[in-house]
Amino acid sequence: MAVTIDDVRHIATLARLGLSDERAAAIVGELNTILGHMDELAKVDTAGVEEAIGVGAEGLPVREDKGPPFPLARSLDAFAPSVRDGFLLVPRLSTHESPEEA
Amino acid sequence: MTARSCAAVRADTAAGHVKAADTLTAAIDRAREVGAGREGLNIFAWRDDDDARRQAATIGDRLADTTPGALLGVPVAVKDNIATLTMPTTCGSRILEGYVSPYEATVVKRLREAGGIVFGKTNMDEFAMGSSTENSAYGPTKNPIAPDRVPGGSSGGSAAAVAAGIVSIALGSETGGSVRQPAAFCGIVGVKPTYGRVSRFGLVAFASSLDQVGVFGHTVDDAARGLGAIAGHDAMDSTSADIAVPDYTAGANADVKGLVVGLPKEYFPASLDPAIRAKCDAAIEHLRALGATVKEVSLPHTDLAIPVYYIIAPAEASSNLARFDGVRYGLRLSGDGLRGMYEATRSGGFGPEVTRRILLGTYVLSAGYYDAYYRKAQQVRTLIANDFRRVFDSGVHVLFTPTAPSTAFPIGAISDPYEMYLSDIFTATANLAGVPAMSIPIGRIGGLPVGGQFLASHFDEARMFNAAYALERALGAEAHA
Amino acid sequence: MTSPVSKSTLEKWEMVVGLEVHVQLKTRTKLFCACSAEFGAQPNANTCPVCLALPGALPVVNKAAVGLATRASLALNCEVQPVSIFARKNYFYPDLPKGYQISQYDKPLALDGWVEIGARADGSPIRIGVTRVHMEDDAGKSIHDRFPGVTAVDLNRSGVPLIEIVSEPDIRSAEQAGAYLRVLKQILEYVDVSDLNMEEGSLRVDANVSARRRGESKFGTKTEVKNMNSFSGVERALEVEFARHVSVLEAGGVIEQQTMLWDGSTVRPARSKEGSHDYRYFPDPDLPPLILDLQWIEKARHDLPELPAARRARFASEYRLGDYDVEVLTASPRLADYYESVARAHGEPKAAANWVMGEVMATLKTSGEDISRFRVRPADLAALLGLVRDGVVSHTAAKQIFAHMVATGDQPAQIAEREGLVKVDDDAQLSAWLDEVIAENPNEAERFRNGEKRLQGVLVGAVMKKSKGRADPRKLNQLLTTRLTS
Repeated sequence: MAVTIDDVRHIATLARLGLSDERAAAIVGELNTILGHMDELAKVDTAGVEEAIGVGAEGLPVREDKGPPFPLARSLDAFAPSVRDGFLLVPRLSTHESPEEA
Repeated sequence: MTARSCAAVRADTAAGHVKAADTLTAAIDRAREVGAGREGLNIFAWRDDDDARRQAATIGDRLADTTPGALLGVPVAVKDNIATLTMPTTCGSRILEGYVSPYEATVVKRLREAGGIVFGKTNMDEFAMGSSTENSAYGPTKNPIAPDRVPGGSSGGSAAAVAAGIVSIALGSETGGSVRQPAAFCGIVGVKPTYGRVSRFGLVAFASSLDQVGVFGHTVDDAARGLGAIAGHDAMDSTSADIAVPDYTAGANADVKGLVVGLPKEYFPASLDPAIRAKCDAAIEHLRALGATVKEVSLPHTDLAIPVYYIIAPAEASSNLARFDGVRYGLRLSGDGLRGMYEATRSGGFGPEVTRRILLGTYVLSAGYYDAYYRKAQQVRTLIANDFRRVFDSGVHVLFTPTAPSTAFPIGAISDPYEMYLSDIFTATANLAGVPAMSIPIGRIGGLPVGGQFLASHFDEARMFNAAYALERALGAEAHA
Repeated sequence: MTSPVSKSTLEKWEMVVGLEVHVQLKTRTKLFCACSAEFGAQPNANTCPVCLALPGALPVVNKAAVGLATRASLALNCEVQPVSIFARKNYFYPDLPKGYQISQYDKPLALDGWVEIGARADGSPIRIGVTRVHMEDDAGKSIHDRFPGVTAVDLNRSGVPLIEIVSEPDIRSAEQAGAYLRVLKQILEYVDVSDLNMEEGSLRVDANVSARRRGESKFGTKTEVKNMNSFSGVERALEVEFARHVSVLEAGGVIEQQTMLWDGSTVRPARSKEGSHDYRYFPDPDLPPLILDLQWIEKARHDLPELPAARRARFASEYRLGDYDVEVLTASPRLADYYESVARAHGEPKAAANWVMGEVMATLKTSGEDISRFRVRPADLAALLGLVRDGVVSHTAAKQIFAHMVATGDQPAQIAEREGLVKVDDDAQLSAWLDEVIAENPNEAERFRNGEKRLQGVLVGAVMKKSKGRADPRKLNQLLTTRLTS
């Protein structure tokens, strides 16, 4: 399963990483080398083996439906790049309709 | 020269013989002396000595406590991926430049409650991705033992802070060996607790199913006290275990007669550096002489650890690092609209290794590849974990192995990413299986430290510390020779 | 509005629809943190490190949310899974702080449910399957037109608990879709898990639509339709999109799998980028599997309140009410509760039904308030009905008393006394009034005496008016007959 330049562009888009053409080309090689080492895994017999999911046999701990919330020592203004009237501001989406378009 | 031990500082501070301010001054002086700043060893990403002095001043009020805090008056360096209220938390990255966390990690809160003083945020590989601390946006850290060499990574700054004698305890983090390997390279003690032993709330996530806060100590005792102060259940972390924390110093003088020590043959391959093997053999001899039973065992899936690790960790990281998008905190760069902002911020803010791992992680999770890579890796991970379970169930108490396949390499020596990944070859298995592990110094080769690693079964840190205390005592000065 | 789908189209083509309904659970705090989940706070006031996705923050699940999600799943006849797993759904959007939503993928909370939406001509029930119910956290709100050139983000809603209810593609018409939504909403209202308010966003609907020739068993390519803001909007959007599918297919074209957005009258494609839907789901490593004790699940099932279908059946049999009355009285659980309290206190279900469906509902309609806030307590309404049954007040007077009860909340007997509405059946008084009326209406009295029996109503009515509704009609009628036939 070799990684192509199109694959790299596609995943860079999924990950919102702007890659220059040069960098993207270099990454193709890097990923293929790294993934090449992973091929050993395909040879391992994992029939019937459970995936390693979750810590502890007791399962997910739950909390009561009440506050107070975990306090913030400083308000949003202190660390957010752009705040106005309490809202976080970001550049307006070009088509502003849906997550698919962001 | 080393910093005063945690036990000594605590006892003297509690008794009023020493003021916390003076211990702190000693640390500040030592830092200056060794050149801990940017132009020198580059140990600290951030310091706020005035804040540290303010903390030290409050220690006086604690002297009336019936039980002195476990770390009373002890300055502790904290890795820069652990959230603190003062000083930035930048994870060695440009993307968090200037970000001062508005909340504090549970481990830092506990450290303060124990009377410890937060002394500086230490340099690290960006987002804990690396084995040399060369991947920091703030420059590499130099190994205090040999400044032309790396201190190891990703917690290189914290290891260096202890090795340089500035502090006796430092907090780091582990995902694939990021505390143990730098401990080995710097000639100090480094502990990775059982997964779930220590809260991750406030530890900036790299690979959530592998991450743990780890502790560096100049000695086993320092590390035992450090771990004891921060370990324990945290309701803010759903993966934290609700299991009592024993006193890890209780076994300080216990003998190891009858301790069954397993030597997994896969960690002593034919290709192992003979000088490192010799140091391990000498350590093993000491254990035998102390009455431990030493036997060869096998962890057959060991060789698969690196591929498994380098699929799972980047996959989880690609998701954990999605929050760095310029919207709510950290760096924001502009581009064409919102998409442009995301891409400019992330390409401008992340370094090459982080970018590489995010891409790798995104790829192995993407449609069509999930089963072949991620699911497969998680299954093999179960096999790796089962290897340990089988060995520990067979009556073996602890395992002993070399910590790293080499001593500290020169800065800039390794540029091939995969070659760098192989530094984790003896450490990543413990993260994958969730078992506790620690490295202690067992000698030097050409002046460069070598580490020996103990591993134990889940939540059996006490037994692991017993073995480490005993070996440390037996080695004496040999550990640094 | 005429349907965009013609009869001839429907003869050849069949609409296939699956609906995804998102419901906000009414917990006090968010799903994974202790911030308030309440609507309407100042922007970003209800935030903390967790729902802001600050570096190092971690999720901890809300027990009540799990309880409500389980209750909803059981009410929809689902199999609640003892082990379910939270998974990350990864994508970028400014109101999605973590860059992923915590949802459930391979192993959701519940599977294989169903809902009955009506009956076919032959009486067989129409069942719509519920494929799954899963839990997930909501995103915040992105507001595009508050400030020029920027999008304003409010993360108060980020982290609020949702369940997603996914139906099987069993729906075959816009009408069925509407019925499904109404039945679903009623069931969820009965188990009290959400405010279910589409305007406020606590209930959202997305649809998957495809078309196929009648008789064909394979499904056609489906498109997703979003942004419908009411049940009738859903019905219209489905017809429009179905019509579009048919016209494309009839022209020999191919349906492109894409997301369409409803704007109130038409659908248009969302400009989604190629490949942007790869969510890269994987189990969330910050959250161990959710393990539910089988006994706990059984207890939750046992503790379910009476569901609409069961309540309707019981009202029909226990109170001997007809279909129409049953439908009206069980439309909302609070109304049904109110009715039952009145019926039980009064003892005559039909009379109670008439009054609740009549006076009570008319009053609520005018005032716009909810039955849960209604000033007239069931016991007091029952008392009023008792006064009528016992002949203490006339039916007409009762209506006036009721109006006073609505205004003041006072007891009916009290009001009757105070307003002088107690029925008068004293012969002397009745005769006196009758004499007056006869004197005032000599013509009608004479004509009645001469055999025009239908004038009885006029004369009785006049006495009722004079007595302000207090005259006992039965006695009055007797008196009148006696007086004017001699």
